[in-house]
Amino acid sequence: MYAALWRALPGPVIVKLIILLVLIAAVLYALFAFVFPWVQTLIPVPDATIDE
Amino acid sequence: MVHGDTDAASRRTRRREASRGDASPRRRRKTRPRVTVVGVLGELLITAGVLILLFLFWQLWLNDIIVRNEQNGIAHERSQEWLLNPPTAPDPVETDDGTEVYEPIIREPAADTEIFGVMHIPRFGSDYAADVAGGVTRPGTLDPIGLGHYLNTQSAGEPGNFALAGHRTTYGKPLNQIAELRVGDAIVLQTEDGWYTYRFRTLEYVTPQAVDVLNPIPQSDSADVTDRFITLTACSPMFSAAERIVAYGTFESFTPTAVGPPASLTENLED
Repeated sequence: MYAALWRALPGPVIVKLIILLVLIAAVLYALFAFVFPWVQTLIPVPDATIDE
Repeated sequence: MVHGDTDAASRRTRRREASRGDASPRRRRKTRPRVTVVGVLGELLITAGVLILLFLFWQLWLNDIIVRNEQNGIAHERSQEWLLNPPTAPDPVETDDGTEVYEPIIREPAADTEIFGVMHIPRFGSDYAADVAGGVTRPGTLDPIGLGHYLNTQSAGEPGNFALAGHRTTYGKPLNQIAELRVGDAIVLQTEDGWYTYRFRTLEYVTPQAVDVLNPIPQSDSADVTDRFITLTACSPMFSAAERIVAYGTFESFTPTAVGPPASLTENLED
């Protein structure tokens, strides 16, 4: 899977590496900005309140 | 060149395996690693593991730093804004020993999710500030704003119990350091009217159902309410919902906004 991705990237190794880093940065941003905040609403977080 | 080496090595392996009589005929055709179901499955599982670790790193560390900074900044701004247009201070009252004190202004309880105060706790950091809003629901106040006021408890400065809740982990964790409070530490609520200084007295660990900590006199059924308490609740142990940690404080003084910040905000902390 990842080997196929590596082969699919164009250019010499250094260009592949740069494209890969940009891809990783984009994925991380999407995770931190959108995916994780949404996941956080689905999982239970310890309650801070005394039940009334 | 690498391929050549590998081919030579695999040929040798095949010869050895052939001499042992367990050669697999399928290997002969394999010149470079193919995409296999097991291979893809393995990579997916590794990816899932990395994602979960990333989420933990984000939730328990990175996001808390970002959110706490954000909430701190917003609360600070609010605190500064209130200083610009102070309401007229009430007349001070002279006590028996000749010092002048101010009767606390008691505000109407804030509505659910309405921000009415900023909490300053020097033990949590000299620039610590957290918004305080009405209500203690997670989606309404605790997750997006910071601290929440139990709506059925008394207002700040009022005889009885001014009870607040806040996260100890995640969502900016405004009460993360609650267990580090020392006797006598200042817990100062600022509103538009002024600063209500409370002094930390003691910690208590209770079950989540221990509603008596919210009584006008905490853990007491007495109806003879003259003292003014503050109660902070958070989860305990950290990352668990098994118990609650409760911090109690008693009221010390009220300082109107027009008079200026109380000394309790900047005094030296005892170790």
